[in-house]
Amino acid sequence: MSTGFTKEAVEKLSAMLQEPAWMLEFRLKAWELYANTPMPTTQDDAWRRTNLRRLKLDEIGPSLNGEGDASSVPAYMAQQLTEDKAGGLLVQVDGKTTNYEISDELKAQGVIFCDMSTAVREHGDLVKAHFMNEAVPVTDGKFAALHGAFWRGGVFLYVPKNVQASAPLHSALWSTAGKTFTHTLVVIERGAEAIFIDEYGSAGGDGQALHNGVIELLVRDAGNLTYAALQDFGSNMWQISHERGRVGRDAKLDWVTSVMGTRTTKAFQTVELDDRGGWARMSGIFFGSQRQHFDLDTQQNHNAADTTSDLLYKGALRDKSRSVWQGMIKALPDSQRIDGFQANRNLMLDKDARADSIPGLEIQADDVRCTHASTIGKLDDEEIFYLMSRGIPKHTAVQMVVQGFFDPIMQRIPFEGVRDRIFGRILEKVG
Amino acid sequence: MTAALEIKNLHVSIGDLPILKGIDLLVKQGEIHALMGPNGSGKSTLAYTLAGHPNYVPTAGEVVFDGKDLLDLEADERSRAGLFLAFQYPVAVPGITLAKFLRQAINARYQAEDPDSKGISIPAFRRLLTEKMAALDMDPKFAGRYLNEGFSGGEKKRAEILQMAALEPKIAIMDETDSGLDIDALRVVAEGAANLNRASNMGVLVITHYQRILNYIKPDFIHIMLDGRIVESGGPELALKLEDSGYDWVREKYGSTEEA
Repeated sequence: MSTGFTKEAVEKLSAMLQEPAWMLEFRLKAWELYANTPMPTTQDDAWRRTNLRRLKLDEIGPSLNGEGDASSVPAYMAQQLTEDKAGGLLVQVDGKTTNYEISDELKAQGVIFCDMSTAVREHGDLVKAHFMNEAVPVTDGKFAALHGAFWRGGVFLYVPKNVQASAPLHSALWSTAGKTFTHTLVVIERGAEAIFIDEYGSAGGDGQALHNGVIELLVRDAGNLTYAALQDFGSNMWQISHERGRVGRDAKLDWVTSVMGTRTTKAFQTVELDDRGGWARMSGIFFGSQRQHFDLDTQQNHNAADTTSDLLYKGALRDKSRSVWQGMIKALPDSQRIDGFQANRNLMLDKDARADSIPGLEIQADDVRCTHASTIGKLDDEEIFYLMSRGIPKHTAVQMVVQGFFDPIMQRIPFEGVRDRIFGRILEKVG
Repeated sequence: MTAALEIKNLHVSIGDLPILKGIDLLVKQGEIHALMGPNGSGKSTLAYTLAGHPNYVPTAGEVVFDGKDLLDLEADERSRAGLFLAFQYPVAVPGITLAKFLRQAINARYQAEDPDSKGISIPAFRRLLTEKMAALDMDPKFAGRYLNEGFSGGEKKRAEILQMAALEPKIAIMDETDSGLDIDALRVVAEGAANLNRASNMGVLVITHYQRILNYIKPDFIHIMLDGRIVESGGPELALKLEDSGYDWVREKYGSTEEA
């Protein structure tokens, strides 16, 4: 049934979206690169622990139709998660916008918050300057190239110089068709600030589904972005995403990632600290169950002196699920006085679950503070017994210990609503 | 009706190793018993067995608590039935505050009665916590700390007695609560338990090596344990005898092969 990924499909998609010529050209270049790049195998370093052999890419094919309707979006999505009501809300189903609101106040501030296709048509110059240019170039890998050729839907957020967005932004990207290629592009100009909650989900079902997404977060000098991506795709989803934040001088990026859904997730998540005083915090939470496989590849690149990065990824694993966290802190020779931290902590709830935790440092400067930590622990029977000895039923005791495990990372999430959402999902998964 | 803990000919093994070799003991609500004995005599094994630790396997005998077959109950059911163990080594549970834990423990009691119960209200819980903590000279800030994590020895024991006070058991077992405590902490902790005995008729089984704690929580009965059996029972004078002459006479009299 599916046409698979072809040059003709690229042209068809671009025409359907009524794109300007430059975007078609961009897509076709990306297509060339995709076609000429071999499929990664477990021989490739970045893919050693995630095997794509079972992924039937061409049977899934590109997203060329807008099958979804608004009523398919589950009620929990796009619910208010921040203390202040979102000033911009965008709901998409299979790349088509089904609900879109933006406050007059944000508009008056010059904040642009819209779906990516609209942005390409209406804010062409802005998009062209940044899209897959500075953060995630199509040369990042086979799937970055595939995304460049077939991206569809997603969100564009632009906050002009010295503007503090008057309210949080919130998007919910839902898929019923199981082919999703969303692109999130955020540009926080010099001295600007914003909070953005980005939710991802899909209906699940039989057969394979694919999310080939890109997230680009550009935070200019003295800018400040708080970004939370909450992923809860259906259990048939293969997620391959490239995500990168760039942090300018004295700028801040507070980046939260929650990984709950999918069959397989392979995510490349990188922060680039490009200038002095740059600060980035990455907080990752994952919970694997059944046969889920999460492979999170993080990099903290200190490209300038006096920069700070702080990464904490915590995950629990049950059943036969598996996680891989591979982290790297890099410092260039002139990146003196940097402070880089990375920690990955895993809680194993079943003996058949597995976690690989691989920290790494590549430091070429000599006056630095770089530390890493990684732990893989079991649910402690003595903790469970202690709680039970006070009358707490075993089931609740297990939930409490799991909650306790996640508590330190929950405290890094600045929104109670987001914490509650993630924690509610964790409790569901504990069962 | 007063509840009682009645232990009859209890045998317990850890793995294949028999530790308790026929314990008989009756502790009634309102009474204070002291169980004394040298290291390795099986005192803590008895405590853990009664609390329902899965590693301690009863191989013979029975325990009746408040009319129920105790050994048939899970650890949480035993607690809700009114039995409490103050641990010698309280376990740290990172990420759960003392307050949250205690509230959950109280709510578990409400929810066992009525699955739809919302449990104790937050204001009522706050009042309870403030009152009980004050009685034990505990800094209120303590309630916000992760359970037993980074607590000093004295803080852990106080937190155990706080839990005892909040959960109001019918009978409490204090497993070497006196170990590692300075004299001030010992007094606060022991008097805390003695007050519960007086105020709510709680029965107490104090497990200890030393007479010292018994100055603050005065036992009605003393039992001496050796090699998995209770070999001698009597009144308070027995503790003083142990204080003066140690356990050697017990070993000689009852023929233990253990090292002195």
